[in-house]
Amino acid sequence: MTTEYKTIVKDGLWDNNGVLAMLLGLCPTMAMTTSATNGLGMGLATAAVMAASGLLVSMFRSQITQEVRIPVYILIVAAMVTLVDLCMNAWMHELYKVLGLFIPLIVSNCLPLARLEAFAAKEKVLPSLMDGIFMGIGFTLALTAIGAVREITGAGTLFADASLLLGPAFKFMETHVLPPDSGVLMMILPPGGFLVAGLMVVGKRILDVRAGKAIQMGGAHSAA
Amino acid sequence: MKQQRMMIHGVILGIFCLGFGLLLAATDQLTVKDIAARAIEDRLNSLSQVIPESIHDNNLVTDAIAMKDGQGNEITVYRATKAGKVTGVAYEIFGTGYAGRIKLMLGVDAEGKVLGVRVLAHKETPGLGDKIETKKGDWILRFTGLSIGNPPVEKWKVKKDGGQFDQFAGATITPRGVVRAIREGLEFFAANKAQMMDMSAPKAPMKEGH
Repeated sequence: MTTEYKTIVKDGLWDNNGVLAMLLGLCPTMAMTTSATNGLGMGLATAAVMAASGLLVSMFRSQITQEVRIPVYILIVAAMVTLVDLCMNAWMHELYKVLGLFIPLIVSNCLPLARLEAFAAKEKVLPSLMDGIFMGIGFTLALTAIGAVREITGAGTLFADASLLLGPAFKFMETHVLPPDSGVLMMILPPGGFLVAGLMVVGKRILDVRAGKAIQMGGAHSAA
Repeated sequence: MKQQRMMIHGVILGIFCLGFGLLLAATDQLTVKDIAARAIEDRLNSLSQVIPESIHDNNLVTDAIAMKDGQGNEITVYRATKAGKVTGVAYEIFGTGYAGRIKLMLGVDAEGKVLGVRVLAHKETPGLGDKIETKKGDWILRFTGLSIGNPPVEKWKVKKDGGQFDQFAGATITPRGVVRAIREGLEFFAANKAQMMDMSAPKAPMKEGH
């Protein structure tokens, strides 16, 4: 792996993480992190859309002129989201029943659009695909982590209904951490989302300072 | 020169729209049959929870008639028939909860007794109002076997309003909305029984929520 790919992976997963460093895509982050399973599902769907749209934008980067690039990016992201939506509804229906409502939310997520503008529009096809995948995985990790904290404190469970999302083989992931009905309801409600996401951002910065890194002030363009 | 460059941008955008439009049209063609099949399976699933297998020998989804409910909503009434007789009906009813409309499926037998009620969709507070789901509690099961008259119509309320149904701790508005929806649903049955039981009523065209 060359240093360029190493940077892409590190940026996506930690240094320039979509949620924890750039603070992008907060709408799906707040809406979908009521449980770890929901966060995981939303993250994976977003990662698929980001990888596909990064690949497409990079392939057509010399044809897309500066003046019409934004409408074309939105067109590509929306087309990929609709594609995922239709295919999931037809062939992964159980999963669709859990996530279906939230798939269209990916269009309103500014993280894919930001990465297309900052990365895929300038880079070659393979790095753009990698950027989409790893930014997506970073997004998934952040959503799953926030979802896990909210679910444990709010409902006392962890990865409830994971078998619905991943298949019956993953039943073992569904655990009860606290006795039933001992959760703090607020953590499941919107304020809990802001609290946990905020604490995670602080936590990441503390770790970065400890590691002697300069704090990256968020910004979609800082990685480009 | 400038005019020409404007044209080029338009053409580029147009080509992209055309290309992705075609891609989406092709995907739709490919998935439309499977999606329709899944929708029917879902409908059958929710119907089988409110109409027991033993009282019908027909296909519930295709044997349906279209009616207007008390609030003027177009609803589909699914009919259970056995040996040429209507043995029960199921239809969607709507209640007003704490956070908007609660959609339920109500099954009623030929005598007007509740066969079963299930929540189809709601936006109630997780942990409080969502106990109306069978996944979170068995509150909704208590309606099975009841009818207008058992209990009497003035007792079709939550306890707080002088009726006979428990509310849950911390949530009164949700159960109040559900009890009212079921009472109105049963009254709708009583008022339209003749039409619902009429075997010659024209069948409703299949509608797909797309």
